[in-house]
Amino acid sequence: MTGAGFDARAVRADVPILAEADAAGRPLAYLDSAATSQKPAAVLAAMDAYYREANANVHRGVYALAAEATERFEAGRASVARLVGSRPEATVFAKNASEAVNVVAYAWGLRNLRAGDVVVVTEMEHHSNIVPWQIVAGLTGARVEFVPVVDDGVLDLAVLERLLATEPVRMVGVVHVSNVLGTINPVAAITRMARDAGALSLVDASQSVPHMPVVFDDVGADFMVFTGHKMLGPTGIGVLAARRDALDAMEPFLGGGEMIRDVRTDGSTWADIPHRFEAGTPPIAEAVGIGAAAEYLMALGMENVRAHETALTGRVLDVLGAVEGIAVYGPRDVARRGSPVSFSLPDIHPHDLAQLVDRDGVCVRAGHHCAKPLMRSLGVPATTRASAYVYTTPDDVDRLGAAIASARAFMGVA
Amino acid sequence: MMPGIEDLYQEIILTHYKAPKHRGTLADPTVSVTQNNPMCGDEIRVDVRLEDGRIADLAHSGQGCSISQSAASMMSEQMVGRTPGEALESIEAFRRVMHGDPAPDDVELGDAEALSGVARFPARVKCALLAWMALKDALQSVDDPKEATGGRSD
Ligand SMILES: Cc1ncc(COP(=O)(O)O)c(C=O)c1O
Repeated sequence: MTGAGFDARAVRADVPILAEADAAGRPLAYLDSAATSQKPAAVLAAMDAYYREANANVHRGVYALAAEATERFEAGRASVARLVGSRPEATVFAKNASEAVNVVAYAWGLRNLRAGDVVVVTEMEHHSNIVPWQIVAGLTGARVEFVPVVDDGVLDLAVLERLLATEPVRMVGVVHVSNVLGTINPVAAITRMARDAGALSLVDASQSVPHMPVVFDDVGADFMVFTGHKMLGPTGIGVLAARRDALDAMEPFLGGGEMIRDVRTDGSTWADIPHRFEAGTPPIAEAVGIGAAAEYLMALGMENVRAHETALTGRVLDVLGAVEGIAVYGPRDVARRGSPVSFSLPDIHPHDLAQLVDRDGVCVRAGHHCAKPLMRSLGVPATTRASAYVYTTPDDVDRLGAAIASARAFMGVA
Repeated sequence: MMPGIEDLYQEIILTHYKAPKHRGTLADPTVSVTQNNPMCGDEIRVDVRLEDGRIADLAHSGQGCSISQSAASMMSEQMVGRTPGEALESIEAFRRVMHGDPAPDDVELGDAEALSGVARFPARVKCALLAWMALKDALQSVDDPKEATGGRSD
Protein backbone atom coordinates (compact mmCIF):
# COMPACT_ATOMS: atom_id res chain seq x y z
CA MET A 1 0.00 0.00 0.00
CA THR A 2 2.95 2.35 0.36
CA GLY A 3 6.21 3.30 -1.29
CA ALA A 4 8.90 0.81 -2.14
CA GLY A 5 10.75 -0.48 0.87
CA PHE A 6 8.48 1.17 3.39
CA ASP A 7 6.96 -1.10 5.98
CA ALA A 8 5.10 0.42 8.93
CA ARG A 9 5.26 -2.95 10.72
CA ALA A 10 9.06 -2.84 10.56
CA VAL A 11 9.07 0.72 11.88
CA ARG A 12 6.78 -0.37 14.66
CA ALA A 13 9.20 -3.12 15.60
CA ASP A 14 11.89 -0.43 15.87
CA VAL A 15 9.87 1.57 18.42
CA PRO A 16 10.17 -0.06 21.85
CA ILE A 17 7.05 1.45 23.40
CA LEU A 18 4.91 0.04 20.57
CA ALA A 19 6.83 -3.20 20.05
CA GLU A 20 6.60 -4.05 23.73
CA ALA A 21 2.86 -3.34 23.88
CA ASP A 22 2.40 -5.52 20.78
CA ALA A 23 4.45 -8.31 22.37
CA ALA A 24 2.43 -8.11 25.58
CA GLY A 25 -0.78 -8.58 23.58
CA ARG A 26 -2.01 -5.10 24.47
CA PRO A 27 -1.20 -3.25 21.25
CA LEU A 28 -1.40 0.51 21.38
CA ALA A 29 -3.23 2.31 18.63
CA TYR A 30 -1.17 5.44 19.23
CA LEU A 31 -2.96 8.09 17.18
CA ASP A 32 -1.55 11.16 18.90
CA SER A 33 1.68 11.70 17.00
CA ALA A 34 0.70 15.28 16.20
CA ALA A 35 1.17 15.96 19.92
CA THR A 36 4.37 13.97 20.20
CA SER A 37 5.84 11.00 18.36
CA GLN A 38 7.12 7.76 19.81
CA LYS A 39 10.88 7.13 19.58
CA PRO A 40 12.77 4.44 17.66
CA ALA A 41 15.43 2.46 19.53
CA ALA A 42 18.08 4.03 17.28
CA VAL A 43 17.30 7.47 18.74
CA LEU A 44 17.37 6.21 22.31
CA ALA A 45 20.60 4.30 21.64
CA ALA A 46 22.34 7.33 20.16
CA MET A 47 21.49 9.42 23.21
CA ASP A 48 22.49 6.66 25.59
CA ALA A 49 25.77 6.10 23.73
CA TYR A 50 26.54 9.79 23.90
CA TYR A 51 26.32 9.78 27.70
CA ARG A 52 28.17 6.47 28.01
CA GLU A 53 30.94 7.14 25.53
CA ALA A 54 31.35 10.82 24.81
CA ASN A 55 29.93 13.02 27.55
CA ALA A 56 31.77 16.30 28.02
CA ASN A 57 30.83 19.92 27.55
CA VAL A 58 30.89 20.98 23.94
CA HIS A 59 33.10 23.58 22.20
CA ARG A 60 36.32 24.94 23.71
CA GLY A 61 37.36 21.63 25.31
CA VAL A 62 40.93 20.71 24.44
CA TYR A 63 40.89 17.06 25.41
CA ALA A 64 39.78 14.29 23.07
CA LEU A 65 36.57 13.51 24.94
CA ALA A 66 35.37 17.12 24.60
CA ALA A 67 36.23 17.02 20.91
CA GLU A 68 34.17 13.84 20.54
CA ALA A 69 31.19 15.41 22.33
CA THR A 70 31.42 18.47 20.10
CA GLU A 71 31.64 16.30 17.03
CA ARG A 72 28.49 14.33 17.93
CA PHE A 73 26.64 17.53 18.79
CA GLU A 74 27.54 19.20 15.50
CA ALA A 75 26.83 15.98 13.60
CA GLY A 76 23.28 16.18 15.00
CA ARG A 77 22.99 19.67 13.56
CA ALA A 78 24.37 18.51 10.21
CA SER A 79 21.83 15.66 10.01
CA VAL A 80 18.93 17.98 10.76
CA ALA A 81 20.20 20.49 8.20
CA ARG A 82 20.46 17.72 5.60
CA LEU A 83 16.89 16.59 6.29
CA VAL A 84 15.46 20.02 5.43
CA GLY A 85 18.19 21.34 3.14
CA SER A 86 19.18 24.22 5.40
CA ARG A 87 22.73 25.41 5.94
CA PRO A 88 24.19 24.00 9.17
CA GLU A 89 25.48 27.43 10.25
CA ALA A 90 21.96 28.82 9.78
CA THR A 91 20.36 25.95 11.70
CA VAL A 92 19.94 26.98 15.33
CA PHE A 93 18.98 24.68 18.17
CA ALA A 94 16.34 25.92 20.60
CA LYS A 95 14.35 24.15 23.30
CA ASN A 96 11.35 23.46 21.02
CA ALA A 97 9.41 25.08 18.19
CA SER A 98 7.85 27.59 20.58
CA GLU A 99 11.25 28.85 21.71
CA ALA A 100 12.44 28.98 18.10
CA VAL A 101 9.58 31.38 17.28
CA ASN A 102 10.48 33.41 20.35
CA VAL A 103 14.07 33.71 19.13
CA VAL A 104 12.77 35.45 16.02
CA ALA A 105 10.09 37.46 17.81
CA TYR A 106 12.58 38.86 20.32
CA ALA A 107 15.87 38.94 18.40
CA TRP A 108 14.31 40.33 15.22
CA GLY A 109 10.86 41.64 16.21
CA LEU A 110 11.71 43.54 19.36
CA ARG A 111 14.49 45.43 17.57
CA ASN A 112 12.85 46.01 14.22
CA LEU A 113 9.13 46.45 14.75
CA ARG A 114 7.91 50.02 15.21
CA ALA A 115 4.62 51.44 16.39
CA GLY A 116 2.03 50.91 13.67
CA ASP A 117 3.89 48.05 11.98
CA VAL A 118 1.90 44.90 11.30
CA VAL A 119 2.69 41.25 11.89
CA VAL A 120 0.35 38.95 9.97
CA VAL A 121 -0.33 35.44 11.21
CA THR A 122 -3.23 33.11 10.46
CA GLU A 123 -6.26 31.97 12.38
CA MET A 124 -5.02 28.38 12.15
CA GLU A 125 -1.70 29.00 13.94
CA HIS A 126 -0.68 27.06 16.97
CA HIS A 127 -0.48 29.43 19.97
CA SER A 128 3.30 29.27 19.64
CA ASN A 129 3.14 31.34 16.44
CA ILE A 130 0.63 33.82 17.89
CA VAL A 131 1.53 34.60 21.47
CA PRO A 132 5.21 35.58 20.96
CA TRP A 133 4.06 38.07 18.32
CA GLN A 134 1.37 39.45 20.60
CA ILE A 135 3.93 39.94 23.37
CA VAL A 136 6.42 41.67 21.09
CA ALA A 137 3.65 43.73 19.47
CA GLY A 138 2.68 44.86 22.97
CA LEU A 139 6.25 45.97 23.60
CA THR A 140 6.73 47.76 20.28
CA GLY A 141 3.31 49.16 19.44
CA ALA A 142 3.02 46.89 16.42
CA ARG A 143 -0.28 45.14 15.60
CA VAL A 144 -1.03 41.48 14.90
CA GLU A 145 -3.52 40.80 12.10
CA PHE A 146 -5.04 37.42 11.29
CA VAL A 147 -5.72 35.74 7.96
CA PRO A 148 -9.07 33.94 8.34
CA VAL A 149 -9.83 30.29 7.66
CA VAL A 150 -12.61 29.67 5.14
CA ASP A 151 -14.36 26.86 3.26
CA ASP A 152 -13.12 23.41 4.22
CA GLY A 153 -10.25 24.77 6.32
CA VAL A 154 -8.07 26.81 3.98
CA LEU A 155 -6.63 30.30 4.32
CA ASP A 156 -8.34 33.26 2.73
CA LEU A 157 -5.32 34.49 0.80
CA ALA A 158 -7.26 37.46 -0.58
CA VAL A 159 -7.15 38.87 2.94
CA LEU A 160 -3.39 38.36 3.08
CA GLU A 161 -3.04 40.06 -0.28
CA ARG A 162 -5.10 43.02 0.91
CA LEU A 163 -3.14 43.33 4.16
CA LEU A 164 0.15 43.24 2.28
CA ALA A 165 -1.08 45.90 -0.15
CA THR A 166 -2.56 48.28 2.40
CA GLU A 167 -0.72 47.83 5.70
CA PRO A 168 2.91 48.22 6.77
CA VAL A 169 3.39 44.46 7.11
CA ARG A 170 6.87 43.50 8.34
CA MET A 171 6.43 39.80 9.10
CA VAL A 172 4.14 37.04 7.87
CA GLY A 173 3.90 33.93 10.06
CA VAL A 174 2.16 30.86 8.72
CA VAL A 175 1.85 27.23 9.72
CA HIS A 176 2.86 24.77 6.99
CA VAL A 177 0.48 22.00 8.08
CA SER A 178 -2.27 22.79 10.58
CA ASN A 179 -2.08 20.63 13.70
CA VAL A 180 -5.89 20.70 13.89
CA LEU A 181 -7.25 20.78 10.34
CA GLY A 182 -4.38 18.97 8.65
CA THR A 183 -4.49 21.59 5.89
CA ILE A 184 -1.28 21.93 3.87
CA ASN A 185 -0.88 25.65 3.27
CA PRO A 186 0.71 26.96 0.05
CA VAL A 187 3.75 28.26 1.93
CA ALA A 188 5.92 28.85 -1.13
CA ALA A 189 3.30 31.21 -2.57
CA ILE A 190 2.73 32.89 0.79
CA THR A 191 6.42 33.52 1.47
CA ARG A 192 6.78 34.93 -2.06
CA MET A 193 3.84 37.28 -1.48
CA ALA A 194 5.49 38.43 1.75
CA ARG A 195 8.86 38.99 0.12
CA ASP A 196 7.31 40.90 -2.80
CA ALA A 197 5.69 43.21 -0.27
CA GLY A 198 8.97 43.73 1.59
CA ALA A 199 8.05 41.60 4.59
CA LEU A 200 9.94 38.72 6.19
CA SER A 201 8.29 35.35 6.68
CA LEU A 202 8.32 32.59 9.27
CA VAL A 203 6.94 29.14 8.51
CA ASP A 204 5.97 26.85 11.37
CA ALA A 205 6.94 23.46 9.97
CA SER A 206 6.32 21.52 13.19
CA GLN A 207 3.72 19.32 11.49
CA SER A 208 5.32 19.10 8.06
CA VAL A 209 9.02 18.33 8.57
CA PRO A 210 8.24 15.05 10.38
CA HIS A 211 5.78 13.90 7.73
CA MET A 212 6.74 14.97 4.21
CA PRO A 213 9.67 16.18 2.15
CA VAL A 214 10.36 19.79 3.16
CA VAL A 215 13.16 21.74 1.48
CA PHE A 216 14.05 25.02 3.15
CA ASP A 217 14.76 26.86 -0.11
CA ASP A 218 11.50 25.67 -1.68
CA VAL A 219 9.52 26.87 1.32
CA GLY A 220 11.14 30.22 0.63
CA ALA A 221 10.85 31.54 4.18
CA ASP A 222 13.37 33.67 6.02
CA PHE A 223 12.75 31.53 9.10
CA MET A 224 11.39 28.03 9.56
CA VAL A 225 10.81 26.30 12.89
CA PHE A 226 10.14 22.72 13.92
CA THR A 227 10.46 20.56 17.00
CA GLY A 228 12.41 17.40 17.81
CA HIS A 229 9.81 15.44 19.73
CA LYS A 230 7.30 15.35 16.88
CA MET A 231 9.85 13.87 14.43
CA LEU A 232 10.87 10.73 16.33
CA GLY A 233 13.41 12.72 18.37
CA PRO A 234 13.57 13.71 22.02
CA THR A 235 11.86 16.53 23.87
CA GLY A 236 13.95 19.54 24.85
CA ILE A 237 15.18 20.39 21.38
CA GLY A 238 13.71 22.42 18.54
CA VAL A 239 15.11 24.01 15.42
CA LEU A 240 15.20 27.42 13.83
CA ALA A 241 16.38 27.13 10.23
CA ALA A 242 17.00 30.50 8.67
CA ARG A 243 18.23 32.36 5.66
CA ARG A 244 21.88 32.96 6.42
CA ASP A 245 21.88 36.71 5.92
CA ALA A 246 18.64 37.19 7.87
CA LEU A 247 20.10 35.33 10.82
CA ASP A 248 23.48 37.00 10.55
CA ALA A 249 21.87 40.44 10.70
CA MET A 250 20.22 39.63 14.02
CA GLU A 251 21.37 40.50 17.51
CA PRO A 252 21.15 37.71 20.12
CA PHE A 253 18.00 36.72 22.00
CA LEU A 254 19.40 35.11 25.16
CA GLY A 255 22.76 36.11 26.56
CA GLY A 256 25.26 33.99 28.48
CA GLY A 257 28.00 31.48 27.84
CA GLU A 258 28.72 30.09 24.37
CA MET A 259 27.17 32.98 22.45
CA ILE A 260 29.94 35.57 22.83
CA ARG A 261 33.09 36.54 20.99
CA ASP A 262 34.42 38.75 23.76
CA VAL A 263 33.09 39.95 27.10
CA ARG A 264 34.48 43.07 28.73
CA THR A 265 33.27 45.15 31.59
CA ASP A 266 32.25 47.86 29.15
CA GLY A 267 30.35 45.56 26.79
CA SER A 268 30.39 42.34 24.82
CA THR A 269 30.50 41.14 21.24
CA TRP A 270 28.74 38.17 19.75
CA ALA A 271 29.80 34.84 18.38
CA ASP A 272 29.07 33.92 14.78
CA ILE A 273 25.86 32.16 13.88
CA PRO A 274 24.50 29.68 14.85
CA HIS A 275 26.20 29.87 18.28
CA ARG A 276 25.15 33.50 18.75
CA PHE A 277 21.63 32.12 19.37
CA GLU A 278 22.61 29.21 21.60
CA ALA A 279 23.41 30.73 24.98
CA GLY A 280 24.64 28.36 27.65
CA THR A 281 25.42 24.66 27.55
CA PRO A 282 23.14 23.34 24.82
CA PRO A 283 20.97 20.20 25.00
CA ILE A 284 23.80 17.96 23.76
CA ALA A 285 22.25 14.51 24.08
CA GLU A 286 19.06 15.91 22.56
CA ALA A 287 20.99 17.24 19.57
CA VAL A 288 22.45 13.78 19.14
CA GLY A 289 18.93 12.36 19.42
CA ILE A 290 17.33 14.70 16.90
CA GLY A 291 20.22 13.96 14.56
CA ALA A 292 19.57 10.22 14.87
CA ALA A 293 15.88 10.87 14.24
CA ALA A 294 16.67 12.87 11.11
CA GLU A 295 18.90 10.03 9.88
CA TYR A 296 16.16 7.50 10.59
CA LEU A 297 13.64 9.54 8.62
CA MET A 298 16.03 10.02 5.70
CA ALA A 299 16.66 6.27 5.63
CA LEU A 300 12.90 5.67 5.43
CA GLY A 301 12.71 8.31 2.72
CA MET A 302 10.39 11.27 3.23
CA GLU A 303 8.52 10.52 -0.01
CA ASN A 304 7.75 7.06 1.37
CA VAL A 305 6.68 8.51 4.70
CA ARG A 306 4.33 10.89 2.92
CA ALA A 307 2.87 8.14 0.73
CA HIS A 308 2.29 5.90 3.74
CA GLU A 309 0.57 8.67 5.69
CA THR A 310 -1.54 9.77 2.77
CA ALA A 311 -2.94 6.26 2.48
CA LEU A 312 -3.57 6.01 6.22
CA THR A 313 -5.15 9.43 6.43
CA GLY A 314 -7.53 8.39 3.66
CA ARG A 315 -8.45 5.41 5.79
CA VAL A 316 -8.97 7.64 8.86
CA LEU A 317 -11.29 9.86 6.80
CA ASP A 318 -13.21 6.79 5.58
CA VAL A 319 -13.55 5.26 9.04
CA LEU A 320 -14.67 8.55 10.58
CA GLY A 321 -16.93 9.40 7.66
CA ALA A 322 -18.94 6.26 8.41
CA VAL A 323 -19.85 7.49 11.92
CA GLU A 324 -23.39 8.85 12.11
CA GLY A 325 -23.67 12.59 12.63
CA ILE A 326 -19.90 13.18 12.80
CA ALA A 327 -18.32 16.49 11.75
CA VAL A 328 -14.82 16.08 10.28
CA TYR A 329 -12.76 19.26 9.87
CA GLY A 330 -10.23 20.18 7.22
CA PRO A 331 -9.81 19.26 3.55
CA ARG A 332 -11.40 16.02 2.33
CA ASP A 333 -8.76 15.52 -0.34
CA VAL A 334 -5.78 13.68 1.17
CA ALA A 335 -3.46 15.34 -1.35
CA ARG A 336 -4.24 18.69 0.34
CA ARG A 337 -3.77 17.57 3.91
CA GLY A 338 -1.33 16.10 6.39
CA SER A 339 -2.17 13.47 8.95
CA PRO A 340 -3.96 15.33 11.79
CA VAL A 341 -7.73 14.75 11.49
CA SER A 342 -10.02 16.57 13.93
CA PHE A 343 -13.65 15.68 14.40
CA SER A 344 -16.66 16.16 16.65
CA LEU A 345 -19.47 13.79 17.50
CA PRO A 346 -22.87 15.34 18.12
CA ASP A 347 -23.56 13.55 21.41
CA ILE A 348 -20.19 12.78 22.95
CA HIS A 349 -17.86 15.44 24.25
CA PRO A 350 -14.24 15.09 23.04
CA HIS A 351 -13.01 14.51 26.58
CA ASP A 352 -15.44 11.68 27.12
CA LEU A 353 -14.62 10.16 23.75
CA ALA A 354 -10.86 10.24 24.32
CA GLN A 355 -11.38 8.67 27.73
CA LEU A 356 -13.69 5.95 26.43
CA VAL A 357 -11.58 4.88 23.44
CA ASP A 358 -8.58 4.64 25.78
CA ARG A 359 -10.29 1.54 27.20
CA ASP A 360 -9.50 -0.12 23.90
CA GLY A 361 -5.88 1.04 23.79
CA VAL A 362 -6.63 3.87 21.37
CA CYS A 363 -4.79 7.13 22.12
CA VAL A 364 -6.38 10.25 20.64
CA ARG A 365 -6.24 13.84 21.81
CA ALA A 366 -9.18 15.93 22.98
CA GLY A 367 -9.08 19.65 23.52
CA HIS A 368 -8.32 22.92 21.82
CA HIS A 369 -4.93 21.70 20.53
CA CYS A 370 -3.33 25.04 21.44
CA ALA A 371 -5.27 26.69 18.62
CA LYS A 372 -8.02 28.62 20.37
CA PRO A 373 -8.53 31.25 17.66
CA LEU A 374 -9.15 28.39 15.22
CA MET A 375 -11.55 26.71 17.66
CA ARG A 376 -13.53 29.94 17.88
CA SER A 377 -13.66 30.17 14.13
CA LEU A 378 -14.89 26.56 13.93
CA GLY A 379 -17.43 27.39 16.64
CA VAL A 380 -16.44 24.54 18.97
CA PRO A 381 -14.63 24.62 22.32
CA ALA A 382 -12.75 21.43 21.58
CA THR A 383 -12.36 18.61 19.07
CA THR A 384 -11.03 15.09 19.12
CA ARG A 385 -7.96 14.53 16.93
CA ALA A 386 -6.41 11.40 15.46
CA SER A 387 -3.02 11.61 13.78
CA ALA A 388 -1.00 8.89 12.09
CA TYR A 389 2.73 8.51 11.68
CA VAL A 390 5.38 6.15 10.31
CA TYR A 391 4.52 3.36 12.76
CA THR A 392 0.76 3.62 12.37
CA THR A 393 -0.91 0.64 10.69
CA PRO A 394 -4.30 0.25 9.01
CA ASP A 395 -5.23 -1.91 11.99
CA ASP A 396 -4.71 1.08 14.34
CA VAL A 397 -7.14 3.09 12.25
CA ASP A 398 -9.74 0.31 12.19
CA ARG A 399 -9.43 0.00 15.94
CA LEU A 400 -10.26 3.71 16.24
CA GLY A 401 -13.45 3.05 14.31
CA ALA A 402 -14.40 0.12 16.52
CA ALA A 403 -13.57 2.05 19.69
CA ILE A 404 -15.76 4.97 18.63
CA ALA A 405 -18.62 2.54 18.01
CA SER A 406 -18.22 1.04 21.46
CA ALA A 407 -17.96 4.50 23.06
CA ARG A 408 -21.24 5.46 21.40
CA ALA A 409 -22.85 2.28 22.70
CA PHE A 410 -21.54 3.05 26.21
CA MET A 411 -23.01 6.54 26.15
CA GLY A 412 -26.27 5.20 24.76
CA VAL A 413 -26.11 7.14 21.50
CA ALA A 414 -25.47 4.25 19.09
CA MET B 1 -3.52 -1.13 38.59
CA MET B 2 -4.98 1.22 36.02
CA PRO B 3 -8.28 2.62 37.26
CA GLY B 4 -11.25 1.20 35.39
CA ILE B 5 -13.60 3.28 33.36
CA GLU B 6 -16.50 2.28 35.65
CA ASP B 7 -14.79 4.22 38.46
CA LEU B 8 -15.28 7.30 36.34
CA TYR B 9 -18.55 6.89 34.49
CA GLN B 10 -20.97 5.71 37.11
CA GLU B 11 -24.62 5.32 36.16
CA ILE B 12 -25.70 8.29 38.28
CA ILE B 13 -23.17 10.52 36.53
CA LEU B 14 -24.55 9.64 33.11
CA THR B 15 -28.08 10.16 34.40
CA HIS B 16 -27.25 13.72 35.48
CA TYR B 17 -25.38 14.30 32.22
CA LYS B 18 -28.34 13.31 30.10
CA ALA B 19 -30.92 15.17 32.18
CA PRO B 20 -29.06 17.93 34.02
CA LYS B 21 -30.79 19.66 36.91
CA HIS B 22 -30.88 23.47 37.08
CA ARG B 23 -29.53 23.85 33.59
CA GLY B 24 -29.97 27.31 32.08
CA THR B 25 -29.63 30.86 33.30
CA LEU B 26 -31.44 32.93 35.94
CA ALA B 27 -33.34 36.05 34.98
CA ASP B 28 -32.30 37.93 38.11
CA PRO B 29 -29.05 36.50 39.49
CA THR B 30 -27.42 38.15 42.49
CA VAL B 31 -24.13 37.12 40.98
CA SER B 32 -22.99 35.28 37.91
CA VAL B 33 -19.56 33.79 37.28
CA THR B 34 -17.96 32.13 34.27
CA GLN B 35 -15.11 29.69 34.68
CA ASN B 36 -13.19 28.04 31.91
CA ASN B 37 -11.04 24.97 31.79
CA PRO B 38 -7.83 26.01 30.06
CA MET B 39 -7.07 22.38 29.28
CA CYS B 40 -10.05 21.65 27.08
CA GLY B 41 -11.58 25.07 26.47
CA ASP B 42 -14.84 24.15 28.19
CA GLU B 43 -16.72 27.00 29.76
CA ILE B 44 -19.35 27.00 32.49
CA ARG B 45 -21.45 29.87 33.76
CA VAL B 46 -23.06 29.68 37.18
CA ASP B 47 -25.85 32.07 38.18
CA VAL B 48 -26.78 32.41 41.86
CA ARG B 49 -29.74 34.18 43.44
CA LEU B 50 -29.42 34.88 47.14
CA GLU B 51 -32.46 35.65 49.30
CA ASP B 52 -32.60 36.06 53.08
CA GLY B 53 -29.04 34.81 53.48
CA ARG B 54 -29.64 31.60 51.54
CA ILE B 55 -29.09 30.34 48.02
CA ALA B 56 -32.62 30.69 46.65
CA ASP B 57 -31.81 29.47 43.16
CA LEU B 58 -28.89 28.33 41.03
CA ALA B 59 -28.41 27.69 37.34
CA HIS B 60 -25.53 26.55 35.16
CA SER B 61 -24.97 26.90 31.45
CA GLY B 62 -22.19 26.46 28.92
CA GLN B 63 -20.47 23.53 27.35
CA GLY B 64 -18.68 20.61 28.85
CA CYS B 65 -18.05 16.91 29.05
CA SER B 66 -20.15 14.44 31.02
CA ILE B 67 -18.01 14.97 34.10
CA SER B 68 -18.23 18.76 34.18
CA GLN B 69 -21.92 18.80 33.26
CA SER B 70 -22.96 16.17 35.77
CA ALA B 71 -20.84 17.83 38.48
CA ALA B 72 -22.65 21.11 37.79
CA SER B 73 -26.02 19.39 37.96
CA MET B 74 -25.23 17.56 41.19
CA MET B 75 -23.86 20.71 42.76
CA SER B 76 -26.89 22.78 41.88
CA GLU B 77 -29.23 20.18 43.35
CA GLN B 78 -27.24 20.10 46.60
CA MET B 79 -26.75 23.80 47.10
CA VAL B 80 -30.19 25.30 46.77
CA GLY B 81 -31.42 26.26 50.23
CA ARG B 82 -28.00 26.43 51.85
CA THR B 83 -26.34 29.47 53.34
CA PRO B 84 -23.20 30.67 51.56
CA GLY B 85 -21.15 29.47 54.54
CA GLU B 86 -22.59 25.96 54.33
CA ALA B 87 -22.12 25.92 50.57
CA LEU B 88 -18.48 26.97 50.82
CA GLU B 89 -17.91 24.20 53.34
CA SER B 90 -19.32 21.63 50.91
CA ILE B 91 -17.28 23.04 48.06
CA GLU B 92 -14.13 22.66 50.13
CA ALA B 93 -15.11 19.08 51.01
CA PHE B 94 -15.75 18.29 47.35
CA ARG B 95 -12.43 19.81 46.35
CA ARG B 96 -10.68 17.56 48.86
CA VAL B 97 -12.50 14.49 47.56
CA MET B 98 -11.34 15.39 44.05
CA HIS B 99 -7.79 15.38 45.32
CA GLY B 100 -8.20 11.91 46.73
CA ASP B 101 -8.95 12.74 50.36
CA PRO B 102 -12.00 11.28 52.11
CA ALA B 103 -15.05 13.51 52.53
CA PRO B 104 -15.54 14.81 56.07
CA ASP B 105 -18.36 12.87 57.76
CA ASP B 106 -20.39 15.94 58.56
CA VAL B 107 -20.64 17.25 55.00
CA GLU B 108 -23.40 16.05 52.72
CA LEU B 109 -22.35 15.81 49.08
CA GLY B 110 -25.35 13.83 47.84
CA ASP B 111 -25.07 12.41 44.33
CA ALA B 112 -21.73 14.19 43.93
CA GLU B 113 -20.16 11.46 46.04
CA ALA B 114 -20.35 9.34 42.90
CA LEU B 115 -17.69 11.62 41.42
CA SER B 116 -15.07 10.44 43.93
CA GLY B 117 -13.65 8.10 41.27
CA VAL B 118 -12.60 11.12 39.24
CA ALA B 119 -9.73 11.61 41.70
CA ARG B 120 -8.01 8.65 40.03
CA PHE B 121 -8.09 10.39 36.64
CA PRO B 122 -5.96 13.51 37.22
CA ALA B 123 -6.73 14.89 33.76
CA ARG B 124 -10.43 15.01 34.62
CA VAL B 125 -10.29 16.60 38.09
CA LYS B 126 -10.52 20.08 36.60
CA CYS B 127 -13.66 19.06 34.71
CA ALA B 128 -15.39 17.98 37.92
CA LEU B 129 -14.32 21.10 39.80
CA LEU B 130 -15.26 23.64 37.15
CA ALA B 131 -18.80 24.49 38.33
CA TRP B 132 -17.90 24.16 42.00
CA MET B 133 -15.08 26.65 41.65
CA ALA B 134 -17.38 28.99 39.76
CA LEU B 135 -19.86 28.85 42.64
CA LYS B 136 -17.09 29.41 45.17
CA ASP B 137 -15.96 32.44 43.22
CA ALA B 138 -19.54 33.68 43.02
CA LEU B 139 -20.21 33.33 46.74
CA GLN B 140 -16.93 34.92 47.75
CA SER B 141 -17.59 37.87 45.51
CA VAL B 142 -21.10 38.53 46.76
CA ASP B 143 -20.01 41.50 48.84
CA ASP B 144 -18.71 43.08 45.68
CA PRO B 145 -20.25 41.45 42.62
CA LYS B 146 -17.90 43.30 40.29
CA GLU B 147 -15.10 41.21 41.75
CA ALA B 148 -16.52 38.09 40.15
CA THR B 149 -13.99 37.62 37.42
CA GLY B 150 -14.25 33.91 36.87
CA GLY B 151 -10.67 33.54 37.91
CA ARG B 152 -9.28 34.10 34.45
CA SER B 153 -9.87 36.63 31.79
CA ASP B 154 -10.07 34.23 28.87
C1 LIG C 1 1.86 23.44 14.40
C2 LIG C 1 2.60 23.44 15.70
N1 LIG C 1 3.41 24.45 16.00
C3 LIG C 1 4.10 24.49 17.15
C4 LIG C 1 3.99 23.51 18.07
C5 LIG C 1 4.74 23.64 19.35
O1 LIG C 1 5.74 22.71 19.50
P1 LIG C 1 6.54 22.72 20.87
O2 LIG C 1 5.52 22.47 21.94
O3 LIG C 1 7.50 21.60 20.75
O4 LIG C 1 7.16 24.05 21.01
C6 LIG C 1 3.12 22.43 17.82
C7 LIG C 1 2.96 21.34 18.78
O5 LIG C 1 2.22 21.29 19.70
C8 LIG C 1 2.41 22.41 16.60
O6 LIG C 1 1.57 21.41 16.33
